[in-house]
Amino acid sequence: MTDFSAIDITEAKKLLSQKQITATELTEFFIKQIEEKKELNCFITNTFDIALKMAKESDEKIQKGSDLGILEGIPIGMKDLFCTDGVKTTAGSKMLENFVPFYESTVSQNLWKNGAIMLGKTNMDEFAMGSANTTSFFGNVLNPIRSDDQKDLVPGGSSGGSAAAVASGQCFAATGSDTGGSIRQPASFCGLVGFKPTYGRCSRFGMVAFASSLDQAGPITKTVSDAALMLQSMCSYDDKDSTSSKKLIPNFSDYKKFDLKGKKIGLPNEYIIEGLNEEIKKKFDQCINIFKDCGAELIDITLPHTNYALPTYYIIAPAEASANLARYDGVRYGLRENSENLDDLYQTTRASGFGDEVKRRLIIGTYVLSAGYYDAYYLKALKVRQLISNDFKNAFEKCDLILTPTTPNVAFPIGEKQNDPLEMYLNDVLTVPASLAGLPAISVSAGNNNNNLPIGMQIIGRPFEEISVLAAGSAIELSKV
Amino acid sequence: MSIDNSIVRKVGKLAKIKIKESEENKLLDELNNILGWVDELKKVDTEGVEPMLSVFNESMNMREDKSDSKFSNNLITKNSPEKKAGFFVVPKVVE
Repeated sequence: MTDFSAIDITEAKKLLSQKQITATELTEFFIKQIEEKKELNCFITNTFDIALKMAKESDEKIQKGSDLGILEGIPIGMKDLFCTDGVKTTAGSKMLENFVPFYESTVSQNLWKNGAIMLGKTNMDEFAMGSANTTSFFGNVLNPIRSDDQKDLVPGGSSGGSAAAVASGQCFAATGSDTGGSIRQPASFCGLVGFKPTYGRCSRFGMVAFASSLDQAGPITKTVSDAALMLQSMCSYDDKDSTSSKKLIPNFSDYKKFDLKGKKIGLPNEYIIEGLNEEIKKKFDQCINIFKDCGAELIDITLPHTNYALPTYYIIAPAEASANLARYDGVRYGLRENSENLDDLYQTTRASGFGDEVKRRLIIGTYVLSAGYYDAYYLKALKVRQLISNDFKNAFEKCDLILTPTTPNVAFPIGEKQNDPLEMYLNDVLTVPASLAGLPAISVSAGNNNNNLPIGMQIIGRPFEEISVLAAGSAIELSKV
Repeated sequence: MSIDNSIVRKVGKLAKIKIKESEENKLLDELNNILGWVDELKKVDTEGVEPMLSVFNESMNMREDKSDSKFSNNLITKNSPEKKAGFFVVPKVVE
């Protein structure tokens, strides 16, 4: 069997169109990889029968040469946060262990319409709350990349199963969702490309909700070129999502024609935080030179409220989660712990169905919204969010793109940062600001540290200017730092 | 602003999550840690700043006020832990 783990979607599309390979061959290859790499625990549910059926349909279309989708015949992983009609969708939670949706999320529907093949549903932090994929009811995901001392490392989270699956060659690409960094941080930890588009680009319909004003779907891929193809297939205006954007969806692959010459790249000094890993700082400096070589102008900018982004996020996201997750009441779907008394049924069901991190956030969220504390916490956070957003608006009057590291550190061993929730939250300190402002942001791999662990760089762009963000990501990718 | 056990119990009730007595103190410590940290925000001058509820600034469409009965009751109750004749079943709440 040919080894397809070394090629990307862009290359596979070529081979498919030249009829050198078939979608069925690709699918069989990845099924074998998934079976052989079970110990990484990337998938919660395998959908091999569906995959082979979809592959057959794609092969027939490719034979006829008509009605071909952007991702015709390309096998992918679907984060288990996207509802899939007739296929279990758990969001990594005991609460939804046996939940089988009877409708399809818009993002997954768009991907199937474009010819993508579903290999399975990928593991994730419970309800997307986590930064290490250690909160899933279905167990930890392992990063396929190991440090030189051979420790098991986290893949990042919450889209940890998606990232680990792509990095270990179990699929070409996978979907992710990003509320505070859940696409970019795992992509960074696994040496991949993770792209969170502008808020509103991808429909939230059928995505298990965490914090609705922040949740945004996006792809995790091996290359920037693949990220453009995946995003193209995922985006659409959708009247089933009230915050779905009606803005024109460009051809994202046009980033290849985008010239960075003369563009201004902003370097926010606030992102060179205390505790930023030295090797990451060094890579960051190398990336500055890459952009200089492209003819871009590097300028210092200031985003003065950056330090407040993480505490703001940890008020707003739990507050929205406490409202969104109120639906898990043991009545309409999901787990139920029986009781003679309805209130007791709710309370025991939720105590038993949610894991510790989810409960912690729901309690925080409920507290900051409760009478007497609403103004001091929630309202205050909303105002600071406005200031953070204004920081970006002001910065983008002076520059076109912003370059930062994606994470303060590289992937860490499983078991670390588990005792203090705050230590885990700090993982997202560099990704959360762009989420609060709803901006498109990509993480691309900028090579490895001395211990052979990947380092990610983040590029943030103006709203709906995904193309320039992809172009800048591509510049780092091509330079092979 | 630090909280005590009675607030943890009260918020647990509001969130409809039963908190075991054995878990209470650990949760209290964690919450106080997190709240102490988010208290940082008090340092920010937000005088005259409007709260930002969403980054979305496009106009929203009103949909037509008509029912969409694409899904049958049986389908909608399919995932329910207890159902009867197309209804969700809960413990008796009225005497």
